[in-house]
Amino acid sequence: MNIIVCVKHVPETAEAELKIDATGKAIQKTGLVYDINEWDDYALEEAVRIKEKQSGTVTAITIGEEDSDRTLRKCLARGADKAIRLTDLKFEGSDGYAIAKILHSVIKTLPFDIILTGMQAGDDGNAMVGPILAEMLNIPHATMIKKMEMGTGTAKVNRELEGGLEEQVEVKLPALFSIQTGINEPRYVSIMGIRKAMQKEIKVMTLPDTGLTENDVGTAGSWARIEKMYVPPVEKQAEFLKGGPEEVATKIAEILKSKGLI
Amino acid sequence: MAQIFVLAEHRQGAVRDITYEMLTKARELAGKTNSEVTALFLGKDVREHGKTLTEYAKNVLLIQDPKLENFNSEAYKKVLTKLVAEHKPLLVMIGHTSYGVDLAPRLATALGLPLATDCIDLEFENEILTVTRQMFGGKVNVKAATRKAETYLATVRQATFAIQKPSPPATGQITEIPSLLTEEITETRFLQYVTPPPGGVDITAAEKLVGVGRGIKDVANMPIVEELAKALGGVLACSRPIVDKGWLPTDRQVGTSGKTVKPKFYLAVGISGAFQHVLGMKSADLIIAINKDPKAPIFSFADYGVVEDLFKIVPTLKNKIYEVQTKKTCP
Repeated sequence: MNIIVCVKHVPETAEAELKIDATGKAIQKTGLVYDINEWDDYALEEAVRIKEKQSGTVTAITIGEEDSDRTLRKCLARGADKAIRLTDLKFEGSDGYAIAKILHSVIKTLPFDIILTGMQAGDDGNAMVGPILAEMLNIPHATMIKKMEMGTGTAKVNRELEGGLEEQVEVKLPALFSIQTGINEPRYVSIMGIRKAMQKEIKVMTLPDTGLTENDVGTAGSWARIEKMYVPPVEKQAEFLKGGPEEVATKIAEILKSKGLI
Repeated sequence: MAQIFVLAEHRQGAVRDITYEMLTKARELAGKTNSEVTALFLGKDVREHGKTLTEYAKNVLLIQDPKLENFNSEAYKKVLTKLVAEHKPLLVMIGHTSYGVDLAPRLATALGLPLATDCIDLEFENEILTVTRQMFGGKVNVKAATRKAETYLATVRQATFAIQKPSPPATGQITEIPSLLTEEITETRFLQYVTPPPGGVDITAAEKLVGVGRGIKDVANMPIVEELAKALGGVLACSRPIVDKGWLPTDRQVGTSGKTVKPKFYLAVGISGAFQHVLGMKSADLIIAINKDPKAPIFSFADYGVVEDLFKIVPTLKNKIYEVQTKKTCP
């Protein structure tokens, strides 16, 4: 079973305070820690698990500058066999649609049985690359996958619906699956794995290698472009309790007591 | 007249709220663009639902087929490709739901039309669809302009637009279209709904909840929030990352993909407040949030906020609560 996993190197922002940069269209990147996109982390793990059961290869593909190699190395250390990085200054400003075109240009030349992507990326949250790519490749797809069972020529997958419900769907292979977090427990990387991964080759490709033109990628090749980025206006703001831990804890306890909650 | 299409969403015999939320927004957009609202309902034996939609939309297109009983993005794509190509609406609105996420990007690609996803606002500026959406888990907003096209597609975030029924109700016309599914659906097949087994704890019944999020960092730190919940006489709940990591069972998850709760008190600990979580707890009577990022979205929903490292506050708070309770019982 040949598996392709699409991954993205993104900043971890869940606990960071974000500031808008001078262009007014992006965040300030200084001080942010980058890592594999959380959803892609689960997709990679699922790919490696399927490979371990059925044999085959896992190829990790990303689009990004040289620092994205760190995410690819992580993939290699965790069990991917090959890694490809697509990079070009012209890719700057690409939305999910342009990204899908770039990925498609390479994936269509590779043998595969399944393609796994994260259901979305933690930065732009578009949740669109997977199904677009599937349409371009003319293969079936299913998104928000919480469980995969590989059969012969088909896969049975559980899609996450709202309110804790799931639906089970049968999909013909080859197919693309976009993975939801929580599907598995991504493994830790052994030191041995990291050492081995450092020696593996990362294939780097640029715009001329894709067969696409400048107009297909970047802002020109996108469905949408960002005009303005801003910190959301605060409609309602909590009353902040100030002071040291002892003082704040006392204030909370008083509030709870006054409302009869303790 | 130009049309704004709204794709109705339904599951297990019920129309989902996102449908009426989109119809409400569509009506506003239609007024500004001299268009009319057309609801699309794809299903099996759904004439009654169609009637309900006529109170919200000028036109209701009913496409009935046994193959459309349950959502199937392959079938939906085939039907909608034909409908959009024929009617050339100004805009097609689809929910940014499990269904919409599966369908919209593929449909837009097949049609060669631009799509903006997870929109929290939509407007037309110089005939171009301009949307507001969020990035980085809701920490920033962006305004994005789509490329000029005859028809635009957008997926709309759930619970963003408050449902308003037109008054007087719209008196829409139902048009039944014979199934456009000429071919068999062969690639993806709906098998069944899967309900997770009920767990031991019902967080929706708890009066006091401590919700723990990513800020707890490690499973080894979980006892400190468990102890706090115990001190409060409450129950421990959580946001999605905690369940994803397997630190708490699924039935403790608050949010769109988990439970909706309405306790008397919700203490959010190390939760940034992504909308998926907030939708599940914002109706709590009293919300207090502890987070070290002063700009965390959770503070827009909390009554009281504490900007501090949770590891400094939580153990102190636990002791303080015990102290107050001891005083109460032994005056």
